[in-house]
Amino acid sequence: MRVSEPKKGTTLRFKTESCREIIILRFLSLGLELRTTMEGWDPTTKSTLTQIPLLTVKAGPRDGAAWTQRLKEEYKALIAYTSMNKSRDNDWFRISAANPEGTRWTGKCWYVHNLLKYEFDLQFDIPVTYPATAPELELPQLDGKTHKMYRGGKICLTVHFKPLWAKNSPRFGIAHALCLGLAPWLAAEIPILVDSGMIKHKDDAVSTSEA
Amino acid sequence: MEVELKRMLTDLQNLKTSLSDPSHQASIDQIRLCVENLTSLAMAGPTRRTKVKDMSAEVVDSNPYSRLMALQRMGIVDNYERIREFSVAIVGIGGVGSVAAEMLTRCGIGRLLLYDYDTVELANMNRLFFRPEQVGMTKTDAAVQTLSEINPDVVLESFTLNITTVQGFETFIASLKNKSFRQEKEGTGVDLVLSCVDNYEARMVVNQACNELNQTWMESGVSEDAVSGHIQLLIPGETACFACAPPLVVASGVDERTLKRDGVCAASLPTTMGVVAGLLVQNTLKFLLKFGNVSPYLGYNALKDFFPTMAMKPNPQCSNGACLERQKEYMLIKPARDAAAKAKMEEELSTIEIPIHADNEWNISVVDDCDANIVNTQSSDALPEGLVHELPNADVYEQQQPTTEESIENVDDLEDLKRKLEALNAH
Ligand SMILES: [Zn+2]
Repeated sequence: MRVSEPKKGTTLRFKTESCREIIILRFLSLGLELRTTMEGWDPTTKSTLTQIPLLTVKAGPRDGAAWTQRLKEEYKALIAYTSMNKSRDNDWFRISAANPEGTRWTGKCWYVHNLLKYEFDLQFDIPVTYPATAPELELPQLDGKTHKMYRGGKICLTVHFKPLWAKNSPRFGIAHALCLGLAPWLAAEIPILVDSGMIKHKDDAVSTSEA
Repeated sequence: MEVELKRMLTDLQNLKTSLSDPSHQASIDQIRLCVENLTSLAMAGPTRRTKVKDMSAEVVDSNPYSRLMALQRMGIVDNYERIREFSVAIVGIGGVGSVAAEMLTRCGIGRLLLYDYDTVELANMNRLFFRPEQVGMTKTDAAVQTLSEINPDVVLESFTLNITTVQGFETFIASLKNKSFRQEKEGTGVDLVLSCVDNYEARMVVNQACNELNQTWMESGVSEDAVSGHIQLLIPGETACFACAPPLVVASGVDERTLKRDGVCAASLPTTMGVVAGLLVQNTLKFLLKFGNVSPYLGYNALKDFFPTMAMKPNPQCSNGACLERQKEYMLIKPARDAAAKAKMEEELSTIEIPIHADNEWNISVVDDCDANIVNTQSSDALPEGLVHELPNADVYEQQQPTTEESIENVDDLEDLKRKLEALNAH
């Protein structure tokens, strides 16, 4: 659904002495805007999103020292998001930089369906135009198994993702992309892939022989 | 086939010697002649034409350029043969890019640079250009195979890479800068870059490269529902860049709420893609060979057969640093350019004495450039009918001043943070 975007003048500005208040108020202002643009997202995603720290440095992998600053913020957001998931008993991914520059990331993600855990390799590159554009998340093992995917196993994001990313650039980072892009994708596609038999649980052969 | 024909000849020879009755000799000889003819046809194989040195305007059926050179004879184009000096880079060899490449190849373009990282799949067969027997080949290799057969005069260079990665981007930039084809050319080694990619991320990368290199380029796109498309001319500093405003797309008129996206990413039609490729290459030919009006933005709504046009000025607050640099440079040279353009227009006006078609049966009038839809990217000007922004603007957001918060952040060590995440990952 297309929602008219708020006028620029309505962006809330705050002047406070304490850093803590600035952060809290910034979340509030994001929350207010999310109400206008986040229709189509489930309540859990919405509430999780508001608790991932926002980033401030607008820098991409070609920006030298500024990129290092950005990387630090990426790590902080990922640490906060991973800790939060663990504390809520909703741990669902592992990701770490695959090169010293922090431009390629690899890891795993998983989804539980009918009490069975399905795990997949996860990988992506940080594009040269990051953070103006989001990283394209890839699940190479599922390449060719679903229409909700571009070539190379890049997941096909919902119509809601790109507008929200564009609107919040450069404040969204890798953690936000996983929360808003990959988590809803797995929740929507894995049950279909399992039920249609396109993917099998790794213990499937064992469990059927036992039964 | 050759082997079988040879065997047939031997069999005929054996038959001839074994037959005692001479009355059959004549008919056997006739069959033998027939087989020999077939053999020579089979040996010749598909005919590949040789390269031609100069484009000839001679109207003979062996001249591949006669109909193109006729454009010059008719006065549409001043000097068609100049096309052989031009280099065009095509990024994305999919439904639009491959057809654009074929059109430019048939037009006799000097050199084509082709970029894609994908392979040909059976799922591509609803679009033009690629053939089923090319399934599994990289799109760049398959394109070179077909294009070099169609016109061996075109210099083809192909790059199988993803331009959005840091490494791919460096190779992309270096290939555009390479001037080995025409050393005396000013600026980069290419005359025009055509973006025929299918996603916003890759378009932003082409925009980044062209802004940095001060390279004029054209954007093209087909909507994911396959019923609208557009082309756009981008001259760094002079027109809006791709990051100056959220991307502009043609409203298909289909309600987003009724559009069913379950189970599919994107639809595609050979028709819409062919139309957009045609519009793109038409604009390219007009730009390179300097004829007609080069469209700054031309949309195509297939459901209503509606073609909205507009122009966009650059945004002084563009988020792209290289765009701002080009804007500054353009402002410096603008007075001299305007004066030269004015002088040229006055000179042209003085030479035109009588209108070519006095009766003007179709009531056609020349519209001054000032009357075109020129939209300021930074203001909230209403867009021309039928056009919408594909994405929202980034929220106004102030970069933090160096405060105590940042100095605390600077204390953080990257390695420390990495270890912290790894520790979390280990459990
Ligand atoms: Zn710009």
